[in-house]
Amino acid sequence: MNMEQYYFQTDQLQWLLDNLLDEGYRCVGPQVRDGAIMYDELSRVEQLPRGMTETQAPGSYSLKKHASQKYFDWANGPQAIKPLLFAPQEKLWQSAQAADGQISFNTAGPELKPVAIIGARACDIAAMKLQDQHFLQQQYSDPFYKSRRENLLIIAVNCGHPAATCFCHSTGDGPFVEDDEAAADMVLTELEHGFLIAAYTDRGEKILEGLALDGCNQQHLDESASIKARSSIQDKQLPQFDIRSSLLKELDNKAWDSIAETCLSCGNCTSVCPTCFCHSENDVPELDGKSSSHFREWDSCFSQGHSYIHGITIRSNTSQRYRQWLTHKFSTWHDQYGRSGCVGCGRCVTWCPVGIDVIESLAKFGGDAS
Amino acid sequence: MINAQHNPHQPHEAIIVERIDEGADMFSLRLKFSDPKLQDDYEFEPGQFNMLYLYGVGEIAISIVSDPEDSHIIDHTIRIVGRVTRGMANLKTGDRIGLRGPYGRGWPMLEAKQKDVIIVTGGLGCAPVVSAINYIEQRRGDYGRLNIVQGVKHSADLIWKSRYDRWRQLPQTRVFLTADVGDVLWPWHVGPVTTLFDQMEYDPDNVTVMMCGPEGMMHAACTHLLEKNIASSQLFLSMERNMQCALGHCGHCQYGSKFICKNGPVFSYDKIADLFSVKGF
Repeated sequence: MNMEQYYFQTDQLQWLLDNLLDEGYRCVGPQVRDGAIMYDELSRVEQLPRGMTETQAPGSYSLKKHASQKYFDWANGPQAIKPLLFAPQEKLWQSAQAADGQISFNTAGPELKPVAIIGARACDIAAMKLQDQHFLQQQYSDPFYKSRRENLLIIAVNCGHPAATCFCHSTGDGPFVEDDEAAADMVLTELEHGFLIAAYTDRGEKILEGLALDGCNQQHLDESASIKARSSIQDKQLPQFDIRSSLLKELDNKAWDSIAETCLSCGNCTSVCPTCFCHSENDVPELDGKSSSHFREWDSCFSQGHSYIHGITIRSNTSQRYRQWLTHKFSTWHDQYGRSGCVGCGRCVTWCPVGIDVIESLAKFGGDAS
Repeated sequence: MINAQHNPHQPHEAIIVERIDEGADMFSLRLKFSDPKLQDDYEFEPGQFNMLYLYGVGEIAISIVSDPEDSHIIDHTIRIVGRVTRGMANLKTGDRIGLRGPYGRGWPMLEAKQKDVIIVTGGLGCAPVVSAINYIEQRRGDYGRLNIVQGVKHSADLIWKSRYDRWRQLPQTRVFLTADVGDVLWPWHVGPVTTLFDQMEYDPDNVTVMMCGPEGMMHAACTHLLEKNIASSQLFLSMERNMQCALGHCGHCQYGSKFICKNGPVFSYDKIADLFSVKGF
């Protein structure tokens, strides 16, 4: 990171929040909800999961108290940025039919207030860049995603506590935000007694100026470097063979069927995946029949309807659906967006109800090289 | 703020100028945008598709069968298979629907000029290639020998018999009809489409093949034509998958690395050969 780093004491974190609220942002940050760390409306630092940490394993997540009094000493919960930009449900347009049969269409985009998210991790930033490519940088740009994206200020937090399910270091997406494209506006690093903070964008710079902070010293930078070194040591990593080409050579491998014997085809992995973009569209008429609203909702390639076409389901069994998901994420995604669709966040591993580990799945297709 | 001008998802009202019954479960809708400016600005190429919206029910992708230079009307032929098409079948002349498009990449009509053309279709109607045949019919002198091969499962499935009779009268044009299962009154061939291929007249080095229909049939046809030394880059297939947004965003129509809605629906065989015979993609 080349951006200038500033330092403030842990007990001054509320200043940052106050500054954001004063600037008119609705703040969203990590909080304990239903036994997990979730992102929700935030105005006081007391709402943050201070002194909490979690353990994650395939099919398992549990929160617990921690000896440390840090605010961000935990790894990602099920979700962070994706629902704020690619909304789980979005009304795309509505129609109305008059008594004479004429149909009128209109678009009423949501009234958006600027939102600041605090706590997003490097993996989430990498995933957002992929969703930016998908929704904004292709032939058609999605106006809803665009509008939400322009209204989002991102204050990332470098990860000091990867979970056992994390492998961002091996995908090259974490644990620290190496943000050459300035996708995050500001980046925090939590030290033992304070925070380092740097601004990457003009919007971030404006917030930083409002805080009037002192620069950091060498000791702070050393502490940050040692956190980064420690967080980069992750047990889990992608297998070493050429995943992209190997998967497509193994389409008839029996291993797809053996994974499918365990997989419930529930779609949890795609719901928590920060890069999955599939969605379905539905028309919902009002009861009086005079108007109808057209929505999109997150969908999953594990659902029965995903591949339905005129009476045929192209992927009628779980083996084909798991193969679709894995080959898309790790192979054909390269052709579409210039890199793998996996950012190493490990969510699909943790939140799989039967504990299917994507790394173990990949390893089955390495042939002799694995 | 997001508004209709910047919302590619939103359809526009169109009027059904004419509804034509095409047989038991097929019908055609001839459409025109209510807004004359939209109609004037509308341009498409054969093989592209539109999204049609049935009020209060939903949208479907339907290929365009009218001629691109006949700018005052947009034709679609629709088979009743699901909820939206079943509802759409009840519409009458003068009724309104929603329309947005065109989408995707169509047939290589310009590249095929001066070449022989082979059209292979299977199943009912097969609207995507009808647009290509109509296009050639209107510009018959621009293309070489035309072979039209239509296969149906059962002899009773053949619709548009009069069209085949009309096409048969065109210069340098041969029409081959076949049914997997014939009956006593079926005057044409019985067997898969490929068993008629040896009767076609074309120059393998100067021919463009356009096909649509069941993938098994197209796969057999491609295999056969490749053996006849037609280049895989000259075999064009119209592919179908679930399409909900038509903008390359919703993910349903993905076929390996391709989004059928924007990279297709028409592909040359060399672009999709890797996955073409694999079930489940």
